[in-house]
Amino acid sequence: MKINEGKFQGVWTLGEQREGDISPVSYELLAWGRELADKRGTTLASVILGHNIKEKAESLIHHGADIVYVVDHPSLEHFTPDVHSNILEKLVREFMPEIFIASATTYGRTVMPVLAAKVETGLTADCTELDIEQDTGLLIQTRPAIGGNVMATIKTPEHRPQMSTVRPRSKKPLSKDESRKGKIVVKEYPDELYVSKVKFIEFIKDETIALPIQEADTIVSGGKGLKDAKNFKLLHELADLLNSSVGASRQAVDMGWIPYSHQVGLSGKTVSPRLYIAIGISGAVQHLAGMSSADVVVAINNDPDAGIFRVCDFGIVGDIFEILPVFIERLRERKTVNVKGGS
Amino acid sequence: MRIVVLVKQVPSTDKVKLDEKTGTMVRSAMEAELNPLDLYAVEEAVRIKEKTEGTEITVISMGPPNATYAIREAIAMGCDKGVLLSDSAFAGADTWATACTLSSGVKKLGEFDLIFSGERATDGETGQVGPSVAAQLDMPALTYVSKIREIGDGKIVVERAIEGGHEVVESSLPALLSVVKEINEPRMPNLTGKIRARKTEIIVMTAKEIGLDRSRTGLTGSPTRVVKIFYPSLSRNGIIVDGKDPEKTVEKLLQFLNDKAFI
Repeated sequence: MKINEGKFQGVWTLGEQREGDISPVSYELLAWGRELADKRGTTLASVILGHNIKEKAESLIHHGADIVYVVDHPSLEHFTPDVHSNILEKLVREFMPEIFIASATTYGRTVMPVLAAKVETGLTADCTELDIEQDTGLLIQTRPAIGGNVMATIKTPEHRPQMSTVRPRSKKPLSKDESRKGKIVVKEYPDELYVSKVKFIEFIKDETIALPIQEADTIVSGGKGLKDAKNFKLLHELADLLNSSVGASRQAVDMGWIPYSHQVGLSGKTVSPRLYIAIGISGAVQHLAGMSSADVVVAINNDPDAGIFRVCDFGIVGDIFEILPVFIERLRERKTVNVKGGS
Repeated sequence: MRIVVLVKQVPSTDKVKLDEKTGTMVRSAMEAELNPLDLYAVEEAVRIKEKTEGTEITVISMGPPNATYAIREAIAMGCDKGVLLSDSAFAGADTWATACTLSSGVKKLGEFDLIFSGERATDGETGQVGPSVAAQLDMPALTYVSKIREIGDGKIVVERAIEGGHEVVESSLPALLSVVKEINEPRMPNLTGKIRARKTEIIVMTAKEIGLDRSRTGLTGSPTRVVKIFYPSLSRNGIIVDGKDPEKTVEKLLQFLNDKAFI
């Protein structure tokens, strides 16, 4: 839609639900939305599509929304790209938001491009920074490209809504405020709108993943230096102690030591944890591209010239098979002491 | 079965180096390759062709005249035809305008059962073009596909690699599949494939030939505008310690993690 097709106003965020529970990324997104809405002097609305989700809508208000648009229908229990985007299109055309953001999750990164194509507007992928330009009031979208090599600032001058997907973990959610008041608008549509060409069959939970690496606070990541699949056991032990997820370099995945869903880097996932511990990873730029936005990076590697040492905050040049067992042991001791101290 | 694979020619990812002085990444602009994540899309299409008689695979790309290199690589792996959408009017297209261009190209070439794309390109890294093309062609966008379980009788059953596991869905055909690396192990082209790729004529089509209005393509047709580009430095001046004495080293590491409130 073009800017002159009507009066576009308000900031929207796309909420996400899984099995009737609102996903935490929805709250992170509201923190971005709140900031943008306040700067723009407008209201913040969140949209949530799901089944048996009505009762949960209140929590989006507690986390910053002024309005929640709810579409609750049995066929929305699972994601279907066509039905979800068709309903979002209806909502966007009816209420005409000026800005609409979603998380750069598999959901956001699927439904938003489909929606943007339908309503004929721009969409900026995987932003790490959003702002409002003072004199124009336009949404300023900043995103990394070419694996963090380049940062690009992007605007959508004449099309509305201005849409982006936002990298998970790029902002902390606002703390829950149960006294916040807002409006819940439940929308209903004719049955034919819920008919999808796609049918959900089943969900196979990946038991090896604590938290998907894209959402993890801490990631312990292993590379070629681990030498063998069975040595990943050490990594899992360490991950358990640090309450973290396990990542891997491309080499480790290519060797078949760990599934692809754990791969960090240009041909894997981009992650932004608070702490990233690289073990036996040399740090090829393709890997650095996927983890350089981590807050703190720790590296252990026996090659003093490894690229990973240039991008780390704390580096140990040494034999991982000597250091890891000691590290694990000390962490285990601390845990035992803490448990005793707490009892 | 008629299959399209959408591919992109990107700057070679193996040539990326870290600039010693600035700590930013530099890549040689001269070397180009088929987007590494598109290899999985090409391979999956070729595997279907090997199992399903009468299958024809058309590779489509949008790019400058020299982007035929990526198309030939796909043909060398087993695709049949190559079409390059190339026109000065396409230059500067964002994902929306790119999707308009590619979907117009697909429409011009007729009806297809399946369209494949890679998860994303390693340069722009948006992953938006595949799903946008699906929307423009009014077919379901099955993204992050890690396995095709069944195909036939006008339907397909796939696994999608999503947060925390795999979702299995069934879709009617035609459909667009964007695939992830997990789906297969792409083959190396053999000599016969390479020779065929060299001999195959790549069809080049302009905006006019695919019936695309210039207002819907290139920079003119792009809703988004890049207003600034900057190069962040990746280097951090971290503490580097010698790990000869594991006990002492781990002590220092624990101190560091403790100071940062991680433990």
